[in-house]
Amino acid sequence: MDAKVRTDTLTIAGRSFGSRLMIGTSRYPNQQVMLDAVEASGAEIVTVAVRRVSLESGGEGLFDMLAGKYWLLPNTAGCFTARDAVLTAELAREALQTDWIKLEVIGDDETLFPDVEQLLRAADELVKKGFVVLPYCNDDPITCKKLEDLGCAAVMPLAAPIGSGMGIRNPYNLRIIRHQCSVPVIVDAGVGTASDAAIALELGCDGILLNSAVAGARDPVKMARAMRLAIEAGRLAFEAGRIPRKLYATASTPIEGAIEL
Amino acid sequence: MSQAMGETHVKQTITVNGKRQPWSGQSVRALLVDAGIAPERGGVAVALNGAVVPRGEWDSTAVRPDDKIEIVHIVRGG
Repeated sequence: MDAKVRTDTLTIAGRSFGSRLMIGTSRYPNQQVMLDAVEASGAEIVTVAVRRVSLESGGEGLFDMLAGKYWLLPNTAGCFTARDAVLTAELAREALQTDWIKLEVIGDDETLFPDVEQLLRAADELVKKGFVVLPYCNDDPITCKKLEDLGCAAVMPLAAPIGSGMGIRNPYNLRIIRHQCSVPVIVDAGVGTASDAAIALELGCDGILLNSAVAGARDPVKMARAMRLAIEAGRLAFEAGRIPRKLYATASTPIEGAIEL
Repeated sequence: MSQAMGETHVKQTITVNGKRQPWSGQSVRALLVDAGIAPERGGVAVALNGAVVPRGEWDSTAVRPDDKIEIVHIVRGG
């Protein structure tokens, strides 16, 4: 691509990434499709989870497949308390030798909405322990500002419930969050298809974290490519600056010189 | 006296990933080997009673009766 129309990079905690997409590794039809989709997405940041090793079967070798190729971002998915999330983050740090953590503290099984009180507590503790904390949070400007003030390296508001594919439910809150926070704003959860991702970037959000929209698509590899293009398009549109919305038409073709009968 | 005798016969155990197993004074490293996990393998971490045991201390850390050990690894996630 021409250097003049290249989008700028995403920088989190001093580290720059060419792609504004972070992609999950869960729920693909099979391992090869997952690897192909992650590749097609162009994402450099790839999320993983931490779970007990099966004492019977040892377990999958996901680490060996992804390590060195991608920037692995462990999550604290499935944690309902700050205490669980902090220990999970510490285990992830030891397992991956990374200070980065996608912090999730879930408040409810059905909605998977964050428990804000526990989230703030965990974020505070993890920042103090030297983690680069990327919290999954509500699309609430106040919570996002608090997370930033605690020292989180980004805020990751949901656009809609995890895995719902409902798209950008509250674009106005996302804009307010973008205005009020100086750390990167990554839309985490809710994206259903490419246009949702483009809208988030057009609103000024700095990136997208998604999983289900790609993994659950009929053709995950194609959808991964679509997301990559949509995110690039959305970012270019944001940087280019959209025209204002107007109620009435403005002719694009000049009137001067038109024939008169 | 008979009660004290009885106590010494109670099998001492540890809990690994939620499952009780006999305690034998093993090191964290030996526990991993017993569980079929090569200690050199990447993406693995261990917590002992809620605190992470750094990889460099697996060999020198022995588990004690009633310890709770969590052995985790990296899996797919979103």
